[in-house]
Amino acid sequence: MIRLPLLAGLAALMLLLAGPARAEPLRWASDAQSGAPYVFHDPADQSRLTGFETDIMAALGPRIGMTPVFVQNDWDGLIPGLQRGLYDVVIDGIEITPEHQAAIDFSEPYYRTSERIAVRRDAVGLDSIPALRGHVVGTLKDTLSQRLLEQAGGIRLRSYDDEINAYSDLANGRLDAVMLDAPIALYYAVPDPRLKLVGGPIGALSYGIAIAKGRDALKARIDSGLDAMRRDGTLRRILQRWAMWTPEMATFTGDHSTEVLPPAAWQHWLQATRPVPGLRERMARYAGFLPLIGRAALMTLAVSACAMVLAVAWGLLLALARRYGSWPLRVSATAYIEIVRGTPLLIQILFIFYGLPSLGVRLDPFLAGVVALGLNYAAYEAENYRAGLQSVPHGQMEAALALNMTQGQAVRHVLVPQAFRFVVPVMTNDFISLLKDSSLVSVITLTELTQAYVRLSTTYYDYLGTGLLVGGAYLLLGLPFVRLARVAERRLAAGQVRAARR
Amino acid sequence: MLVRDLCKSFDGQVVLDGISLSVAAGELLSIIGPSGCGKSTLLRCLNFLELPDRGEVRMVGHALRRDGGRWRRADEASAHALRAQVGMVFQAFNLFPHRTVLDNVLLAPRVVKRAERGLARQEAMRLLDKVGLAAVAGRHPGTLSGGQQQRAAIARALAMAPRVMLYDEPTSALDPELAEEVLQVMRQLDAEGMTQLVVTHEMRFARAASDRIVFMDAGRIVEEAAPDQLFTAPTDPRTRRFLRQFL
Repeated sequence: MIRLPLLAGLAALMLLLAGPARAEPLRWASDAQSGAPYVFHDPADQSRLTGFETDIMAALGPRIGMTPVFVQNDWDGLIPGLQRGLYDVVIDGIEITPEHQAAIDFSEPYYRTSERIAVRRDAVGLDSIPALRGHVVGTLKDTLSQRLLEQAGGIRLRSYDDEINAYSDLANGRLDAVMLDAPIALYYAVPDPRLKLVGGPIGALSYGIAIAKGRDALKARIDSGLDAMRRDGTLRRILQRWAMWTPEMATFTGDHSTEVLPPAAWQHWLQATRPVPGLRERMARYAGFLPLIGRAALMTLAVSACAMVLAVAWGLLLALARRYGSWPLRVSATAYIEIVRGTPLLIQILFIFYGLPSLGVRLDPFLAGVVALGLNYAAYEAENYRAGLQSVPHGQMEAALALNMTQGQAVRHVLVPQAFRFVVPVMTNDFISLLKDSSLVSVITLTELTQAYVRLSTTYYDYLGTGLLVGGAYLLLGLPFVRLARVAERRLAAGQVRAARR
Repeated sequence: MLVRDLCKSFDGQVVLDGISLSVAAGELLSIIGPSGCGKSTLLRCLNFLELPDRGEVRMVGHALRRDGGRWRRADEASAHALRAQVGMVFQAFNLFPHRTVLDNVLLAPRVVKRAERGLARQEAMRLLDKVGLAAVAGRHPGTLSGGQQQRAAIARALAMAPRVMLYDEPTSALDPELAEEVLQVMRQLDAEGMTQLVVTHEMRFARAASDRIVFMDAGRIVEEAAPDQLFTAPTDPRTRRFLRQFL
């Protein structure tokens, strides 16, 4: 009776919200953890997405009649995700190279730049590639810089995943020099008083917006938008705010305007990331982290709890199949357990998220994470339950059969409840390790605690304080379950002070 | 209850070597013999906890006949029907430690017979009262004495309304005074006309309470007779040798 009008009302509301002629979404992906100045979370306000590429997408969207929608993804997953159709484009300082072009299409370049060498402030020489021979040099993996250093030969190369680690190893003396894209050097080496840039720009590279192969109409639309932004000065103004406008870019775009905007975004970055002197300010900064850590902790808990439910149910079925099933069932259950236990969880997660779509199974990141963790832990749970079932005295099964129960009834009412109490302590252990293993789902775009840690620590170079905060969050998540398990154990044990057998 | 030519061997070792036996309704039959003579195996074959290799078990309209072939689904159904007539009590009690005494008694009627909760509960309490355990119905087996546990196990078996009760050394794990509680319950059931088969080392009980005693050795029935006759004038030398130990 009440339902019909309610439904009608909801439908009307949704129509209203959808609005007339809403622009088509342009889902663009990037890794907001990979750092400034590309796409990142504003250090002064973690909920705000910023970066020169963020600004470019914000300006590009309306120009081509689309609404930009940001999708977070891990750096290594950006291109696979694009091919999978998780989003329309990727923008994250991706270099236009023939190798990349074999897998994806690119828009026209939106930025051209070079490599820069950074050294410690007291270093002399080392200002060109030939001068680096015989020295230890850091760079990012799979970049122009890496290729140039490799070609030069005689350089002891260290490839990093993360520019912050490279520069901090340089400052610590583990490296003699770091060569990276100029924008990275500007944001991470220039502000560091222990480092300096030497020599001139080396090589040339272009960043393009990555688009899946075959989406020619979208590519044409984006190219026309970028072209308009180059011609009317939009691109120059964005880059000037980020202190990234160079003579090279002026030549490339043909924009020789004499207008000069202050590098406000760059200064904001310098201001927000400067080392905090006082304890008080530091505490205020940590307090600012709490909402992000809280949300991330909820995500960790949700993924882990759902995965554990799946692991318990599926693990029990596997254990029963292995112990009481007919031989094909037994063999399949055993094979499943051995395969799942014998392969790395990370590969299973990537396989389920990126591999299964080619077989027509597409899971959203949360579901994929739950399924991957759940299926993995089920194998371990199954072995626990099997041990639990084995530890129930044989006489229990006989007594149940003698009471004319079927084997199934005996297992369900007599064996499983008793096996369960044997495995409660082990299950608690497993759940806590599941909480921690859930950090692996950060590779499929879920913002859980570990990803929050990476994001916060790489923004502030503060691995210690953030580490303590996030570690504390993990502990707080795990503790209630330890206590709960202890209570459950005590209650279960209460019924059998003395075992009911000789 | 009729047993004909029951044979069973484990890994080529003959444990039961052609046992034939008939048990009259209301009879209390004790089975005695040295350890390893096959008396427990015989009992376990009667409700198919062990599967006899060959031979026949027949009881109030149900029969199961085996002649060495594979265990089939039809055999399973016959075994199920036969078991419905038979209750069993174990040396180690085998109560379900995770359930209260009352729930131990209730479980099988509820699960197997789908008995209605209220009725089943009423019946369970009646049985617990009968074995003198109504006061501890709410406790877990682990908190009871051995004698109480074994009496609870008897009540649990009775809850399935069997025609025949099998006891596999029901008092071997108990102190004499606790054993007496259990034997008392068995005498009471005998008085009520229950058919009972008892594998026991309790010679005094066997002699006083049995209607008939079977002496087994090496998988065969050596001698069967009324208690007084068997104890005072055994015909077989093996029986004599065995009984001498208890004098």
